[in-house]
Amino acid sequence: MSIEERVIEIITEQLGVTKEECVPEASFMDDLGADSLDIVELIMAMEENFGVEISDEELMKIRTIQDAIDFIKKKRGMVN
Amino acid sequence: MVSHISRRRVVVTGMGTVNPVGNTARETWEGLCAGKSGIAAVTRFDTSKCKTKIGGELKGFDPLRFVSAKEQRRTDEFIIYALAAAEMALEDAGLKIGKDNAERTGTIIGSGIGGLATVEKAKILLMERGPQALSPFMIPAVLANLAAGQIAIRSGAKGPINCTVTACASGAGAIGDAFRLIREGYADAMIAGGSEAVVTPLAFAGFNAMRALSVRNDRPEAASRPFDRDRDGFVIGEGSGIVILEELSSALDRGAHVYAEISGIGMSSDAYHVAIPPPGHEGAARCMRLALEDAGWEPSQIDYINAHGTSTPPNDIYETQAIKAVFGKDTRVAVSSTKSMTGHLLGAAGGLETIITAMAVEKGTMPPTINLDNPDPECDLDYVPGKARARDIRAALSNSFGFGGVNVVLAFRKFE
Repeated sequence: MSIEERVIEIITEQLGVTKEECVPEASFMDDLGADSLDIVELIMAMEENFGVEISDEELMKIRTIQDAIDFIKKKRGMVN
Repeated sequence: MVSHISRRRVVVTGMGTVNPVGNTARETWEGLCAGKSGIAAVTRFDTSKCKTKIGGELKGFDPLRFVSAKEQRRTDEFIIYALAAAEMALEDAGLKIGKDNAERTGTIIGSGIGGLATVEKAKILLMERGPQALSPFMIPAVLANLAAGQIAIRSGAKGPINCTVTACASGAGAIGDAFRLIREGYADAMIAGGSEAVVTPLAFAGFNAMRALSVRNDRPEAASRPFDRDRDGFVIGEGSGIVILEELSSALDRGAHVYAEISGIGMSSDAYHVAIPPPGHEGAARCMRLALEDAGWEPSQIDYINAHGTSTPPNDIYETQAIKAVFGKDTRVAVSSTKSMTGHLLGAAGGLETIITAMAVEKGTMPPTINLDNPDPECDLDYVPGKARARDIRAALSNSFGFGGVNVVLAFRKFE
């Protein structure tokens, strides 16, 4: 499973949204109905799944699904 | 004493419950009248190291009927049970909360402990994986007032909100406070009751350490035996009992069904011991008198008492003594402990027993005390043993007493 597919799987699980809603430019807050605590939990799930750490400052910059994917790819590139 | 004449009247117009005997108020009432026990071997966790291996768990309850999988994952069972009971109670009352009544509709849900199971799981996570592993939803799942909070969020009730945390009197305290808010004009309708979900290793270990629980593991359905000679402690039950209370005229204006009227409340403290009532249970006797006085009644007008009746050796003797102190040593008032069937729902007990007492008053039926095979010689009242009894009930009391020496008595009247 690609990083993109896995990210979307986590989002559908955590936020209770459909895969169709998970377009790359979808904003967690504006389009997927997440609040700030939802995002904290979502990022925690991604950290665990991908073995990366995302700081609170970085977390503030993750607004869309594409942001999350880019961040994870960047982090993985750094650790690998 | 305050004048009764100008007071607003408060009635029960809706009820919802999930408990070891039933997943609706109706199923519960039918089960209780049939003498059905909800106590069984605990399935929720491995009890092999626990002295007590029995409890009152919900049976066949589907949380997904009331919350999404996402909400379920993030919250504690005590909140889910409360959401389920509140949804059923609002539906039963037919009460729609909208902009014309939202600010006059409030929520008080008591819980003795709150999200204990969530605390237990979080502590394990903290020790095993460190502080970063904790969910941002852990604290809102633990806080005892979040049952009321979540109900208000979901129902849109914007009036007074509160949470009573007074051990086994929490549910009765919540209903008593809600009753007074309506009577005194601070609200017109209240969602009130209690919720508890502590069929957990920590609760069993803790109550076992106090020697408070029955260890009759070989016969779970016979373990809760209030007033019986061979009782050996209470049985933990889980669930929620929530009612809709309304000011009488507004309830009648919208054509609501009235189950019963709540006419008074007594509250008192033993100021004695954290867990044991004083011999004679003066605090409980005084509390019953206060409830009668608040309702403006004489003891002779009471036909039924839904006892606290926990099945612990001290409670049942001292409660009996307290009833005799108020009603006379030769009193023939009928007293039953439905905890013989439901187990002890701790902070939810007063909510569930408000439902049971209101039903008893409405239907003219006293649910029985089961397992009363050999009455304790010191427990010599009419406990409605074994079988439900059909009899007109003009007025009734519901007793709730809690650790910390908390006593709450609610007075109910048949609505005519």
